[in-house]
Amino acid sequence: MTSERSRGSGSDLRLEMHGIRKSFGSVDALRGVDLEVRPGEIMALVGDNGAGKSTLVKTLSGAQPADAGTIRVDGEPVSITSPQDAVRAGIETVYQDLALCDNLDVVANLYLGRELRSPRQGLFGRFLARGRMSHHARQVLDELAVTLPALSTPVAALSGGQRQAIAVGRAVLWGSKVVVLDEPTAALGVQQTATVYRLIRTLSERGVSVVLISHNMVDVFELADRITVLRLGEGAGVFTPAESTPQDVIAAITGGNVVPLGGKRA
Amino acid sequence: MSTEVSIAPSAARSRARLTRFSGDLGPWPVLVGLVCIAVGFQAANSAFLTPRNLSNLILQTGTLVVLTLGIMLVLLIGEIDLSIGAVSGVTACVMGIMSALHGWPAWAAIALAIALGALIGLVQSSWIVAFKAPSFIVTLAGMLVWQGAQLILLSDQNGQLRIEDSVITSIASNYLPRPVGWTLTMLVALAGAGWVVVRRYLSQRAGYGTNSLAADLGRVLAIVAAPIVVMLVLDSYLGVPYMLVAVLAVTVTLAVVTGFTVFGRHIYAVGGNAEAARRTGVRVGSLRITVFVIASALAAFAGILEASRGFAVSVNSGGGNAALNAIAAAVIGGTSLFGGRGRVVGALLGALVISSVQNGLALIGQTAATQIIATGLILLAAVTLDMSARRKNKGTRT
Repeated sequence: MTSERSRGSGSDLRLEMHGIRKSFGSVDALRGVDLEVRPGEIMALVGDNGAGKSTLVKTLSGAQPADAGTIRVDGEPVSITSPQDAVRAGIETVYQDLALCDNLDVVANLYLGRELRSPRQGLFGRFLARGRMSHHARQVLDELAVTLPALSTPVAALSGGQRQAIAVGRAVLWGSKVVVLDEPTAALGVQQTATVYRLIRTLSERGVSVVLISHNMVDVFELADRITVLRLGEGAGVFTPAESTPQDVIAAITGGNVVPLGGKRA
Repeated sequence: MSTEVSIAPSAARSRARLTRFSGDLGPWPVLVGLVCIAVGFQAANSAFLTPRNLSNLILQTGTLVVLTLGIMLVLLIGEIDLSIGAVSGVTACVMGIMSALHGWPAWAAIALAIALGALIGLVQSSWIVAFKAPSFIVTLAGMLVWQGAQLILLSDQNGQLRIEDSVITSIASNYLPRPVGWTLTMLVALAGAGWVVVRRYLSQRAGYGTNSLAADLGRVLAIVAAPIVVMLVLDSYLGVPYMLVAVLAVTVTLAVVTGFTVFGRHIYAVGGNAEAARRTGVRVGSLRITVFVIASALAAFAGILEASRGFAVSVNSGGGNAALNAIAAAVIGGTSLFGGRGRVVGALLGALVISSVQNGLALIGQTAATQIIATGLILLAAVTLDMSARRKNKGTRT
């Protein structure tokens, strides 16, 4: 793999997926896919419907474990058979529906399922450490340069971009090494899309690797350091935006026989 | 790129307060409603606001408050429990039989009733979780089964059993000694006021938006005044009934659990978005079961209070509109039927609305027919007001 325009430091890889296979009955959804992401790199994952993007991401997030293949994080092999395994390995997935509780406030959503507990034990479990939670939440949101109303605002009252920021903020709060974003700008307006772009770049500057699933070539060419194309459950090339054109990538997606200029066939 | 501190400039904070005000009216409409109810009935019959009637009203409300708090928890996770009335009836009958026919001591009979309530909740909710069955249907089936069980239990007693045990009957008919009552009142007032101050300090430190100073001063005043006024009223009749202490203890416990524990936070999370809660690692199934168990145990507790108040259990215990009144009270108090929204204080006030309307109508000589019609209309009005406030809130989305 060659790429000059990487924000990664050195040649060490943050995430390596090799020979990932997954079948559903007689359908081979993934037929030995490779994906490599460097530290702080934004790797776009593109492909037509049914190309295997979602399936690949689900093997990474633990939602649907792979049948075969290896996954390494920072060189260490990890076995991902459940969402908890993925989180433990430092891989956080932000689903398209964001998985937010509209009735809860910003802090409660950031800490959902992983609430900080005060040492005081009550009759029905530990008390919430509200002070510590909102303190850390504010730090993370400041680092992400997210503009929000008061932290006590229910997320139902936030804009689409702000909601996306909360979902991404969760990943940052938990010190994830890899954040997978599933169509983060679908259904967002121009301004909110800009917010999310900024958010993704901030993640990458902090050294977090980003796997960005998108249908949108504008998103991809604006943000990505490299682009992995999937086609019919197989890798169809890795491109760099600096050295290739959207036409090259689209050709790889659709299986047209345009030879990519900057990338090479996998 | 700006890395400026960008959260909570004062304008944004006051906007948040504004939206909160226009969207969630909090307990204010119910409080205003209660005042209107009091003024109206007092005008119609000057016996309404007498210490005797208000003491009576508190005893009448106790059972409903406990049932309402239980059903509110269930509604918070987006489920429903139609069986709480029948559970309160059947468990109270078991307590009565053990006490009156088998000579069990009061504590054992009461403990058995509550344990049985919890067990019923465990069975019903395990069924709901294991078979992914709608709680409406499972608890409807439960309601029928427990009503039948209650009939069988009392079939040898001509449908009614007197409770002689002085400990059980004392819950609703004995009163705290005067100095104890006043000490307790002062402690409640002090704790309430201290609580507002501590919460203000904590949310300031945590960087949450705080209420305005005037609003918090008003709260302190109300929280100090309320127990003292109630105590003055009760004191000029017979004093503080044991039952009031028991009901308040349950109320405060649940307020703390829902507001300040991890378990409480997860209740709201499951009600708001169960799938999101599951993905982030909340054990949704066991949480659902726990909530149903608590609601059922509370129903048993309510049945005990009701048996104590009536000196008897009968085939009608927990029957009639008991469960539906509790659901109505929770909804009047601002609990959403779709989960994720509702507070203990609202449930308490909702129960007060229903019982004071029924008490007042009885006092001016209206029949049960008028009482249930009035309850229905109030429920309708409360929900309509809440929905229109919420719709307005959508318009001011930031």
